[in-house]
Amino acid sequence: MPQISLTIDDQAVSIRKGATILQTAQAVGIHIPTLCNLKGLRPLGGCRVCLVELQGRSRPAPACATLAEAGMEITTASSRLQAIRRQIVELLLAERNHQCPVCVMNEKCELQDLARRLGIDHVRFNYLSPLLGMDISHERFGIDHNRCILCRRCVRVCDEIEGAHTWDVCGRGSASLIISDLKQQWGESSTCTDCGKCVQACPTGALFEKGVVDTRKGVTDLEKLVKWRNRERR
Amino acid sequence: MNATDLTMRAAIFRKRQADHTINVSVCSGSPCIAAGAENILTALRGLDLPVSVHTFGVGCMGPCSRGPLIRIESNGQVATYERMTTSLAASALLAHLEDRNQAEGLLSEEFPFFVGQQRIVLSNCGGIDPENLESALGAGAYGALARMMEEMTPEQVCAEIAASGLRGRGGGGYPTGTKWNLVRGAAGTRKFIVANGDEGDPGAFMDRTLMESDPHRLLEGMAIAGYAVGAKHGFIYVRGEYPLAARRLRLAIQQAEEAGILGRRVLDNRFSFSIRLRIGAGAFVCGEETALMASVMGQRGQPLIRPPYPAQRGLWGCSTLINNVETFGCIPPIIQNGASWFNSIGTPGNSGTKVFSISGDVATIGVLEVPLGTPLKKIVQMAGGVVGGNFKAAQTGGASGGCIPASHLDMPVDFDSLPHLGSIMGSGGMIIINDQRCMPDMARFFIDFCREESCGKCVPCRTGTEQLLRLLDRITQGEGAEEDLGRMKELCTLMQDASLCGLGMAAPTPVLSTLRWFRHEYEAHIRNGVCPSGVCSRGDI
Repeated sequence: MPQISLTIDDQAVSIRKGATILQTAQAVGIHIPTLCNLKGLRPLGGCRVCLVELQGRSRPAPACATLAEAGMEITTASSRLQAIRRQIVELLLAERNHQCPVCVMNEKCELQDLARRLGIDHVRFNYLSPLLGMDISHERFGIDHNRCILCRRCVRVCDEIEGAHTWDVCGRGSASLIISDLKQQWGESSTCTDCGKCVQACPTGALFEKGVVDTRKGVTDLEKLVKWRNRERR
Repeated sequence: MNATDLTMRAAIFRKRQADHTINVSVCSGSPCIAAGAENILTALRGLDLPVSVHTFGVGCMGPCSRGPLIRIESNGQVATYERMTTSLAASALLAHLEDRNQAEGLLSEEFPFFVGQQRIVLSNCGGIDPENLESALGAGAYGALARMMEEMTPEQVCAEIAASGLRGRGGGGYPTGTKWNLVRGAAGTRKFIVANGDEGDPGAFMDRTLMESDPHRLLEGMAIAGYAVGAKHGFIYVRGEYPLAARRLRLAIQQAEEAGILGRRVLDNRFSFSIRLRIGAGAFVCGEETALMASVMGQRGQPLIRPPYPAQRGLWGCSTLINNVETFGCIPPIIQNGASWFNSIGTPGNSGTKVFSISGDVATIGVLEVPLGTPLKKIVQMAGGVVGGNFKAAQTGGASGGCIPASHLDMPVDFDSLPHLGSIMGSGGMIIINDQRCMPDMARFFIDFCREESCGKCVPCRTGTEQLLRLLDRITQGEGAEEDLGRMKELCTLMQDASLCGLGMAAPTPVLSTLRWFRHEYEAHIRNGVCPSGVCSRGDI
């Protein structure tokens, strides 16, 4: 495999041709935050937190979907990029209902982790607070659209790895919704193989395994949690 | 059919047309049909007329708000009548039979909308029957295609287009010749041509006019492109809101195939080219080329990251040439008259003409074609000037563009001048705004449009438009705070820097440009709780 040389954050790097900027950075231990990217899936380039600056280009490019080219000079953590990342995570936190204390993925959530890394302690945007409901018709899993950041990892893992293509997206803009089959109940899906890859791939608490809630607090009853959350909305 | 048959059929049609003493054409573009043109056509045909009177429907004549329009040609004189009814049209025709003009509805020969125009793309619009192949042939359709295949190699065609300086009419302004050469040079034997007719900008109807009025022009341009880059198949992507354009294009494709102009062995040459129609389902984002191609392939219409560009990897992984409908409309005249002729029109770096659709607070709403670099002022004057108040601003480039204030009315309209003012020429939609309108309210309208049309794939566009709309809602309702302006600017910059596709990048332009030129209006809303134009209301404002 031919090698190419480039510079990341003033560090000279040599990498195989065909690698993405993200892979190049990871190879030399430079951390670029990601959300919608998952190793093994085709890059989507939708979350925009992995944006990096390229010398000679005015617009930042997504590291997950841009191929490294010989002679590139890449900056991964300028103040402008940090500002963009902060804004994006804030926008995501304001978009749907991300209330960590009552989330099954509290302390294990990639969005929460990223927010913490970026030092976000409050959100300056208006909370949109939609009421999106959940689907717990599946025997083992559930989906809570209020936690979804529309990264489409579940869609891609189901299509590209499992080959079932149970998940897809309906609607557009902020009304986009992850749906199973043709917007049927997950439990009634004829294509779902119950493999659980989507649950594994989900970066937040949108897709979860039933019964596995925050064990440290001893709450294991999902019904109880759902009921509690509904009461909070009223 | 070969090239000789083509010229013969054209000559026969022209002779037949010349035999008529009176030719009555009724505009059958969708605005005139909406105003009742079909009834007029039926009524005129129902009259007891001499055989030498020929009545037929034609494409768009231009001044759409003055429809239904009819045009009567007799004794070498042409008279155009506006705002016709069945009885007025009949009496006008009877007047011409008696060799006089009818005063009622007659547009003067100095009608500014017609006088300043230079029609190249629209040369046949309003002159030919879009549903009749012979009529198009009589006006010279497919002449450039026949000539090209006789005289030019594909390399020469690409070189000619490059030399003409033609730039993509969809708004980006990318040099068409460069794009063609890229696709020509791309690897692979299977290539595609795509015509982008998904004209989604508010206030834009140039492509609809061309597709409805002269569909064969588009087919010819695409066939020339296919020959030049080595593609055998083409797709026309028409937005679902244009049923008439789709119907006429479908008919035109069928006619051209039956005549041997499209399909296997185009005009008896060793070149095959077929065109298929694809109808959109109502998504603005499908005007973005990668989203459009996904939609053509039957997938969810959302953009992909570029590179790879369509020229490298397009439909079904093959190199694909995608141009705007109007760009294809420029091709046949360039082949027919040469690159240097095209280059002599317009300004250096912006050669040729541009079709604009002008709407809003002007006397005449419609479609006109002027050389690139024509001052904005002149275009407004051609449309009869501003009505209902004084000129305040012109919104160019639709939802992706910005506004141009009165102080810059002399600005030449072309690809390179308007970006200096924080706007773009875009695909040619132009909305004229008078001083009775509120600019923050305008910005709110465009952001609401982009929010509605965002595909939802990338975060900055999906939630940025949502947040911007909330801020603008607050400001226009008189509940805004001083820091909202800063926050708006911050969101706009984020969207410009971080969005995935052109839609998201350009979505904040209306906000930024109204903030630049009309900041005082925002401040009046916030500080005094007053809408200076009296548009926004909250009861107590």
